[in-house]
Amino acid sequence: MLIYLNENSLEIKTGSNLYELRDHNYVAADLLIVNGYPATTDMQLHDGDRIVMIQRGKQPSAEELESLMMARHTPGVHEKIKRGRVGIAGAGGLGSHVAFALARAGIGQLNIADFDVVEPSNLNRQQYFIDQIGMPKVVALQENLQRINPGTKVNVFNQKITPDNIALCFGEIDILVEAFDTADQKAMLTNYFLSNYPDKILIAASGVAGYETSNTIRTTKITEHFYLCGDGVTAAKPGCGLMAPRVGIAAHHQANAVLRLLLNESPE
Amino acid sequence: MKLTINGKTKEYPEQLTMQQLLKQLNLSSERVVVELNHNILTPDMHNDTTLKSEDTIELVQFVGGG
Repeated sequence: MLIYLNENSLEIKTGSNLYELRDHNYVAADLLIVNGYPATTDMQLHDGDRIVMIQRGKQPSAEELESLMMARHTPGVHEKIKRGRVGIAGAGGLGSHVAFALARAGIGQLNIADFDVVEPSNLNRQQYFIDQIGMPKVVALQENLQRINPGTKVNVFNQKITPDNIALCFGEIDILVEAFDTADQKAMLTNYFLSNYPDKILIAASGVAGYETSNTIRTTKITEHFYLCGDGVTAAKPGCGLMAPRVGIAAHHQANAVLRLLLNESPE
Repeated sequence: MKLTINGKTKEYPEQLTMQQLLKQLNLSSERVVVELNHNILTPDMHNDTTLKSEDTIELVQFVGGG
């Protein structure tokens, strides 16, 4: 009969039981999960069972993790995502969420630029931790991404983005995610990138503040090379601050737009 | 002069530069991305670009927050 052990298919003899499987394949495993439930006793296995064996405290290597992710994604999807090279301009509420989502999805390469350090007030919506306060955001983010998926190559640029260093930071990527905070910076990057890199794609965000309904946040195709995520109007201002849920929703619209483009689907 | 802006067509009585159009629409040049007939028109060109009838314009004004 055919079962799945740690996401790989495995032919075993009919009537085999769980502990037998462990003793043959992963004798050090101390946590056995059968079809989603932790097993506390030995049991007979059935055709099609999905078994996960874990040794607590032991981290899978980058190669093992990749094969687990490959099995988790639909065939063909993983390879395309892994070939993706994506830039993220800004590592705040939008950028840190986009980076987390894409690293979890198995993206091949991220080029991330930001000049800020992690401040206490950032923790209300950004993917940093209290013990990272004071660190350059790109360094803290690189460290966090490494803990999620060491298979994603993360290049960081601890500098303010201007027209002078866009080529250095984002010249080699295929898709750029605009994740800045101020409207002027968003427009500067979009104008420069779209006019200088007519073959690349930019996914920007605008209108992500407050705690209005989630359902006004959309992904809109402006042109063939320019997509916009957000409600388009809700600016951050006194009385309408930036909060984790809506910023995160817009960021995940951006990350999903990246995935859809890499998989040859329209983001809109 | 007939201009199509973000998919809506409207008649404008006088000649306009892009800069003047943005001012009429209360949009700030520093926060806006302009596409004129499918090409990005960067802010340094707004003042020198005179619009013609049948021009198609996409305007995106950014708001802050991220």
